[in-house]
Amino acid sequence: MQIALLVYQVAGPFVRRFPGMILLSAVVASCFLVWIHALVFAYVDIHILGPAAAGGLAVASPFSILSPSTWGLTPSMIAGLLEKAGGIGASLSALLQYLFWPLQFSIVRDLVGLGAIMGLFNIIPMYTIWWERKVAGRIQSRLGPMRVGGWHGWSQSLADGIKLLLKEDLIPKGADSVLFRLAPYLAIIPSALAFVALPFGSTYVFRELDVALVFTLGVLGIEVIGVILAGWASNNKWSVYGAMREACQMVSYEIPMGMALLVPVIAVGSLSLRAIGDAQSGGWFTWLAFTNPFAFVAFVSYFIASLASCKRAPFDLPEAESELVAGFHTEYSGIRWSFFFFAEYAAMFVVSGLAAILFLGGWHSPLPMSWGESVRQWCGSEVMARGINGVLFGGPIWFLLKCVFFLYVQIWLRWTLPRIRIDQVLYGCVQVLLPLTMLLVLGATLWVWASTSTNAGWAAFSGVVNVGLGIIGAIFALMFPAIAAYGFYHRRRLVGNLVVDALPGS
Amino acid sequence: MMSVFANLSVCLSTLASEGSGVSDVPSAAAPGGLLEWLLFNLVAGGVVASVIGVCVTKNIVRMAVWLFVALGSVSLLYFMLAANFLAAIQLIVYAGGTLVLLIFGVMLTSKSPWVRWESRPIEIVAAAGVCVALAVGLCLLLVRTTWSSTEQLVPGAAMKTLGERLLTTYLVPFEVAGVLLMIVMVGAAHLARQEE
Repeated sequence: MQIALLVYQVAGPFVRRFPGMILLSAVVASCFLVWIHALVFAYVDIHILGPAAAGGLAVASPFSILSPSTWGLTPSMIAGLLEKAGGIGASLSALLQYLFWPLQFSIVRDLVGLGAIMGLFNIIPMYTIWWERKVAGRIQSRLGPMRVGGWHGWSQSLADGIKLLLKEDLIPKGADSVLFRLAPYLAIIPSALAFVALPFGSTYVFRELDVALVFTLGVLGIEVIGVILAGWASNNKWSVYGAMREACQMVSYEIPMGMALLVPVIAVGSLSLRAIGDAQSGGWFTWLAFTNPFAFVAFVSYFIASLASCKRAPFDLPEAESELVAGFHTEYSGIRWSFFFFAEYAAMFVVSGLAAILFLGGWHSPLPMSWGESVRQWCGSEVMARGINGVLFGGPIWFLLKCVFFLYVQIWLRWTLPRIRIDQVLYGCVQVLLPLTMLLVLGATLWVWASTSTNAGWAAFSGVVNVGLGIIGAIFALMFPAIAAYGFYHRRRLVGNLVVDALPGS
Repeated sequence: MMSVFANLSVCLSTLASEGSGVSDVPSAAAPGGLLEWLLFNLVAGGVVASVIGVCVTKNIVRMAVWLFVALGSVSLLYFMLAANFLAAIQLIVYAGGTLVLLIFGVMLTSKSPWVRWESRPIEIVAAAGVCVALAVGLCLLLVRTTWSSTEQLVPGAAMKTLGERLLTTYLVPFEVAGVLLMIVMVGAAHLARQEE
């Protein structure tokens, strides 16, 4: 606590004075960190697994010590290195060798990757919560958090976290105390696990699984058990109502969600998220949502189903504040309560990532990846080409941008749409989405089967459909920045006559 | 009985691992390592402990949680055997689907929050008899079968072969299973339908 306060006192003035610059430099620094980290791993991979493992990237590197025959630094080797270290360059390379030496063990690299996952898992919910409060404030013509940290209350979630850690930890007398304690962990662990197989880029993935899609859906599906147990163990009728709504909503919406996800799987022919992402590298008109009309509709139905599975409005019945106090987490307080929110916001990010990878090109920019080759020839240096290509044509930055966009859409829908009733939720699933996605799966198989034909008429038809869908996508993509710019330009204007007339004293 | 089921699952997963893919990233638990031995004993111990928990617990919801631990650990065993598809399906179907329905059923039907399961002595005896018979049968099966093991795990495109086999060689059983599930679903819908 004391240390945190001290850090705040020292860093606070700077943060207040240069907020934009600090934010920008933090973003740039984190991008560089990820990028350098990936380069280092690629070098180590080359030396352990051979050039083929690093995508055929053959680089003459000075890290001879990493060759598989040497599994440790012996004193004689250090002496040899010191002898070699004549000039500054040589001593730098020796230093690098010494620094990268532990990275040859896969367990060390796993620990680094695990650290990255846990960091993301903490930072993403924290800033999504802050952002949600800002967006909600803007939609309701107020400011949202403004105080903590200086610039637009950027450290509000951090302060809330410290507050929640220090709050009294209540367990109701009538509750099943073991299950009550267990439930938050059963909610938070699956959503952290979902990051294990989620690729942020073609090579930026902790564990490349050949069934990454099924795995991610599976672990997101077991998150519901934590929520149900929380509702049950609280021994409170509002909690049980919330848990029951959650159970029937999740179980029913998982089916259309899985069916909608089958469409890109059929189109690409793989369950690996990396393969599906890599299949869409040829620019925005090759993204699956724009090549295949069934995938386009599947994208919309998947997004609706994913809102329901993350309990986001208009499907936030499990925690409907106006009906059930707070639903399944009514009895929770302190850090246990916040675990449910960590799980919810991390799951929101994961379903957004799935939408981006499966339908909207994943980590690829709207420009074709093949243009990267000419950039590589133009600039000559491999490192520089990688940097430019990673920004222009495809890399984790684009993936994060798409995820952030979907997160924004989820937040936006939550604060603009009213909650629907449970019978409407189930009607929408069983009688609308389920038959629709079944038809989509059927149509997608027929589309794939037809695209193998060499008929000229079919080729013309599919080409027209592709161009039409691509134009729709481009219009949407240009519309959002335009609307955002309009909103930014008129940001000082009140929402409208309806609001102004309804204000007291008007 | 559940522990026997777990043993059976282990055998099945050994069989299944031959047909399934393996991640091409080298993992910390390299085949035959000390780490793998430790992990296997931990996970297998978890399976056994949790199924004993299922048998011993009287509270139905806690029983379901033990069952969840058991099913999840079996899925971990599948992952350790590089049977990724089977493991993920185990997570979706059993841990995510069946178990949620089980807890849901308990929540909808129970009168009090402390639902208890009191079994009569005759039930315990019958269950023990079935368990012993099953255990003996499985042990005999394990001892008598000559297991063939491959040193090499099938890499890469195993998922594709699995799908192709299901739609060519094993088409009839696959379709029969599908029709069976369909009949069950229609029957359930008929039972649940309100009388006009």
